[in-house]
Amino acid sequence: MSDQAVVSLKGVDKEFGTGGVVALQGIDLDIGEREFVSLIGPSGCGKSTLLRIMGDLIQQTHGDVVVNGKPPHQARLDRDYGIVFQDAVLLDWRTVAKNIALPLEMMGWNRQRRADRVRELLDLVELSGFEGHHPWQLSGGMQQRVSIARALSFDPPLLLMDEPFGALDEMTRERLNLELLQIWEASKSTVVFVTHSISEAVFLSTRVVVMSARPGRIVGLVDIDLPQPRTIETREEARFAELTRDVRRLLREGGGFDAAEPTDEEEYIVAEEGL
Amino acid sequence: MGSTAIEQENGGIHWRDLALRLASLAGILVVLCLLWEGFKWVGEATDLAIGAFRVNDETFPHIHSIVGQLFEPSRRNGPLLIDVLGHAALFTAKEALVGFLLGASIGFGIGVLLAHSRLLQRGFLPYIVASQTIPILAIAPMVVVWLGGRGFPGWFSVSVIAAYLTFFPVTINSLRGLTSVDPRALELMRSYAASPLEILWKLRIPTSLPYLFAALKIAATACVVGAIIGELPASIQEGLGGAILNFNQYYSLEPESLWATNLIAALLGIGFYLVIAGVERLVVRRAPEHVG
Amino acid sequence: MSTVVEPIPRGTLGRRIGRGFQDWIPAVVVFVAGIALWEGLVRGLDIQNFLLPPPSDITQTLWTERDTLWSAGWFTFQEALGGWLIGCSAGVLVALVLARWRRLATALMPYAIAANAIPIIAFAPITNNWFGTLNQTSKMVIAAVLCFFPVLVNTIRGLTSVRPQQLELMRSYAAGELATFRRVRFPNSLPYLFTGLKVGTVLAMIGAIVGDYFGGSQDALGIQIRRQAGVFAFTEAWAAIVVASILGIAFYAAVSVAERLAMSWHPSMRGAAD
Repeated sequence: MSDQAVVSLKGVDKEFGTGGVVALQGIDLDIGEREFVSLIGPSGCGKSTLLRIMGDLIQQTHGDVVVNGKPPHQARLDRDYGIVFQDAVLLDWRTVAKNIALPLEMMGWNRQRRADRVRELLDLVELSGFEGHHPWQLSGGMQQRVSIARALSFDPPLLLMDEPFGALDEMTRERLNLELLQIWEASKSTVVFVTHSISEAVFLSTRVVVMSARPGRIVGLVDIDLPQPRTIETREEARFAELTRDVRRLLREGGGFDAAEPTDEEEYIVAEEGL
Repeated sequence: MGSTAIEQENGGIHWRDLALRLASLAGILVVLCLLWEGFKWVGEATDLAIGAFRVNDETFPHIHSIVGQLFEPSRRNGPLLIDVLGHAALFTAKEALVGFLLGASIGFGIGVLLAHSRLLQRGFLPYIVASQTIPILAIAPMVVVWLGGRGFPGWFSVSVIAAYLTFFPVTINSLRGLTSVDPRALELMRSYAASPLEILWKLRIPTSLPYLFAALKIAATACVVGAIIGELPASIQEGLGGAILNFNQYYSLEPESLWATNLIAALLGIGFYLVIAGVERLVVRRAPEHVG
Repeated sequence: MSTVVEPIPRGTLGRRIGRGFQDWIPAVVVFVAGIALWEGLVRGLDIQNFLLPPPSDITQTLWTERDTLWSAGWFTFQEALGGWLIGCSAGVLVALVLARWRRLATALMPYAIAANAIPIIAFAPITNNWFGTLNQTSKMVIAAVLCFFPVLVNTIRGLTSVRPQQLELMRSYAAGELATFRRVRFPNSLPYLFTGLKVGTVLAMIGAIVGDYFGGSQDALGIQIRRQAGVFAFTEAWAAIVVASILGIAFYAAVSVAERLAMSWHPSMRGAAD
């Protein structure tokens, strides 16, 4: 791992509205190149907010954020990251191929270049042959794979993923976890991954960041020293269970297992972004 | 899109909101008056012509003369125009209201019936849709003659015509609303061994209320239009339709009267609409929670 | 490790057409039954023959009077079509302008909806005075105003009811307003736009025919109907009504076909699980 941090957060606070809800408090975090970092915490702990701050979709109230050596605003303009949401957010009126090509069209790639890249990506996410399909013809898992292909289309150094597999069943999830790791390996990108699932966080990551209940602070960091590449068997290793225990303990410390308060995190985000 | 969870829902009237609404309404009216007079001024100055249309005091009276006309006697030594129009509006409103209630009940009834049978839907829906393409005015004279022959008063025929225009949106939307129930909510009710009637009352109808009110708001306008137009073949003098025909004859002498009549007719239409919108606000707040 | 390809939920073309035909059978049954019942009742009971002629008579008149009916229909349809084109274009243009300033659009919406409640038909005598009673323009204006508000309201709704996450996605691509409009807002608004256009066809026909009632050319369908009814020639009047109906349905159907072509991607077009 090189010394150059891809994402660097120092003393980041986020307050929605003045005197309103404090979503994040004093976040210090450095994410290095080619890391796979998971953010895990209870509902409303601000992990989605933190992800969006990295992506310049929301502004932090205090603190410094540096993405790829630049302020997040510049990183967004330079298209330094790709984002994947829990909902695939595919455009219904475009075919799979045109959905994947959306960012490329906007970046002015010519037709041939786009077609070649789309073909590459369809291979990567194992959806070759589906270029002419429409989103509603695909299952949830397939739609997510298209969404991931789209995020990777312009080969960004950073991938931001907000609970992308949250809406899928467990078996599809585990399968897609493996695929995601293969893709990460092949694309050599850095991934910041928000999740609810302890086992998913431990399985996928090089490092897990555990957050507390609102106001969100970092309770602890867990280095995942499981061997790469991860396989189905990895989940059965003793070390896996130990690491899961560590994460769970940190979550408990941060109040993650206390009775949950109703959370309006998404509504705050939407309101703030003026959507 | 993002409703702010930050705001709290208070009961009762927000006075500040109300004042803001009234202020913006006044603002809009002022802007409209300015546009009108502005267009008139430009049109007269540039001698604007579109086909046979010219802008002058006859085709485009001043706003103040239209409003002023309301307070002139409608006939020599007769009652003020606003009195005459007021009575006419009430007469037409009565016809429209009866038509509305008739059409809405029939429409909802048909909706309930069709909601319970896919077969009936497929069989009859195309004709219900097609019925709206039959120009209402065309069958109006026949409706008037038929009902008249059976001893119904003339204004009732007008209500029937208004009802004809009302039932369609209500039928279509009731059907949509009654059948758009969450399947899981239906399963829940079945697990309680609820009878079809109970399901209708406790689940389908509350679910369909938003759709129903959307239709009722359209129907509010439709029944006023139906009432005004229906008065023409029925040769009814006392309503707004009659007033329009009447003042149309004197248009070149007194254009303001016709415009004033249209103004009152517009207010009637908007008034009906606002009443329904108001009722919606009350009812939907008290409606039981949708299941699921 | 390879992944298993999930099954695609998609019907074959043949099955879809077959299902389409099946859907129409009940309607055809009702139509045939209805016509038979009508004919039977009127002939058998000999009721009100003058008010409600038997279908056989009407069909005969449709044939014998086909020239007059066709030219009257075409005359009136021109009014409806012209009004529809003007009203819908104006509605879409204003909607595009308003959608740019979303705050203004949401502020003006309640007024546009309320303005829709004004009985526009009542203005027919005024447009007659403006453009001449016999002129087609006077009815065209009524039809245009009738179409304007529904198209405006529906199009604004379509342009502004985009899912927030699609906008976030475009933001992440540093897309400008124009690109976001072109790629997300506009395609999203098509279903709403077509709803408005279809409503407009019905309203335009009504405007053209009912507008005639306050005075119009002898060549117009509405005047024909009124005249025939006035001399108790109800068979001829009903024949004209049938023509008006057919034109109205054809107009609506034409826009529906255009909708199907433009929005072949939409779930409601795919005829999937009912």
